[in-house]
Amino acid sequence: MSDRAAVTAPSGPAGPATAAGRARLGRAGRVALGLLVPVALLGAWWGTTAAGLVPPYQLPGPVAVWDAAVDLVERGQLWHHVAISTQRVLVGFAVGAAAGLAVGALVGLSRLGDLLLAPTLGAIRAVPSLAWVPLLILWLKIGEESKITLIAIGAFFPVYTTVAAALRHVDPHLVEAGRAFGLRGLRLLSVVQLPAVLPSLVAGLRLALAQAWLFLVAAELIASSMGLGFLLTDSQQNGRVDRILLAIVLLALLGKVTDALIGLAERRLLRRWA
Amino acid sequence: MVLPTEQTALPSPVPTTSPGGGRGTSALPVRLDGVARAFPAGRGSTPRTVLAGVDLEVAPGEIVAVLGPSGCGKSTLLRQVSGLDAPTAGRVTVDGTPVAGADPRTAVAFQEPRLLPWRTLTQNVALGLPAGTPRPAGRERVARLLDLVGLSGAAELRPRQVSGGMAQRASLARALARDPGVLLLDEPFGALDALTRLRMQDLLLDVHAAQPATVLLVTHDVEEALYLADRVVLLRTLGQGAAPAGSVARVVEVPGARPRDRAARDLAELRAELLDGLGVPTHHDR
Repeated sequence: MSDRAAVTAPSGPAGPATAAGRARLGRAGRVALGLLVPVALLGAWWGTTAAGLVPPYQLPGPVAVWDAAVDLVERGQLWHHVAISTQRVLVGFAVGAAAGLAVGALVGLSRLGDLLLAPTLGAIRAVPSLAWVPLLILWLKIGEESKITLIAIGAFFPVYTTVAAALRHVDPHLVEAGRAFGLRGLRLLSVVQLPAVLPSLVAGLRLALAQAWLFLVAAELIASSMGLGFLLTDSQQNGRVDRILLAIVLLALLGKVTDALIGLAERRLLRRWA
Repeated sequence: MVLPTEQTALPSPVPTTSPGGGRGTSALPVRLDGVARAFPAGRGSTPRTVLAGVDLEVAPGEIVAVLGPSGCGKSTLLRQVSGLDAPTAGRVTVDGTPVAGADPRTAVAFQEPRLLPWRTLTQNVALGLPAGTPRPAGRERVARLLDLVGLSGAAELRPRQVSGGMAQRASLARALARDPGVLLLDEPFGALDALTRLRMQDLLLDVHAAQPATVLLVTHDVEEALYLADRVVLLRTLGQGAAPAGSVARVVEVPGARPRDRAARDLAELRAELLDGLGVPTHHDR
């Protein structure tokens, strides 16, 4: 019967065309294309420095940066910097994202919560990250708490904004169906509303993670004795341009890798949701 | 039951026992006393009375079709019984006790399937299980209901991977999973193509035979009402302001036992009468 025919064609109308386009290029091809520009940049960097077009005290070559990395690894410092920075980002991200989800749910689902909180949060959101640093140091001292709090503030807002906005637009028909089958309150949230906004939530988490790395450097630039931000300021004072470049490259790589991990999860999710 | 589509339409034989193996809830009586629903004036709109003075008594196991032109309050009437909405006047009782909030004794199937797109059909049907159903019993019940509506082969598919008719059958199975004493159907077949609609009507009769429930069926299809219902309630659209009469234009008993012949001659007159009541003259008698 015609009813059954639909089973054999699971992909949506947009499915075949884009899937074919991706298949033609292949996974290796896509990776190669993405690497093209970085490799070209690296080549240009190596070319200009090796030819002596730029003095080494302004721009050391890739080889010098690599040597600086090897040197720091041998001293046992590099992994320490990377590890502490990653830890701060992950902890701050987790705390900020969880708070963003909770407050976003409150503002997105309750009219009272929206009226009470949304204006204040909008104002707090407008405060630049560096402006928090003096206060946080005053209140929480120069320990881990102040840094993680700053990163949490950075991770909070993307999650809060996307979740609150998405929850306002959950299909009312689905919510009513949930209510008709006896779901209320937290059960309704966890069974219908949160799953419905999951794609938006993941997009928000992705933004939040990027923001966490931004706020990390702000936190470490000012008051720290470890981490990639500290490596930046410390090297600036010692005139170690090679280490500055190393820190920048590491921040770029770490940010990209963590983002790619969430991106992977996002793609798997969207395949199921859409 | 003379349609040639019959054989393919019903993949499972009619079970003789309750298909879900549930509590065995029997059909419950429904009573509406002077039910009215008015919507207060919104921004730029005047207050509207959608339902007024609806008195209706539905016997346990009866199938009552609610028929009327669009905007006459058919769906609103159903929402009063389901507890998704509350009347501004009058009262609704199921089995003698008032309906308040989403009532566990009733279950709704909406015009759109309203399945959760991220869940498989099995998981969607499981949503209808009464709270506190033990896991193994629930799983078994869902499987049996999917079999009853002919979806065993599609149990692990998601709503977007199946046709509209299949999604609507899953929606019906979800409502049945609640083991309701009163089954509320809000134009459940309205969005389906003509053939699928006829199959679904037969499926509903089989389900009703297998799992007795009082059925309130909102429809705008006279044929459907005459084929399925014991009685047809014809609603009228209320005019602006307070209407002098209530929403119920008339209540008609449909003669003959189910399953009925879709082409039955004795229903022709009733059909013309109901269509006339809906404002569609049939010119049969000229």
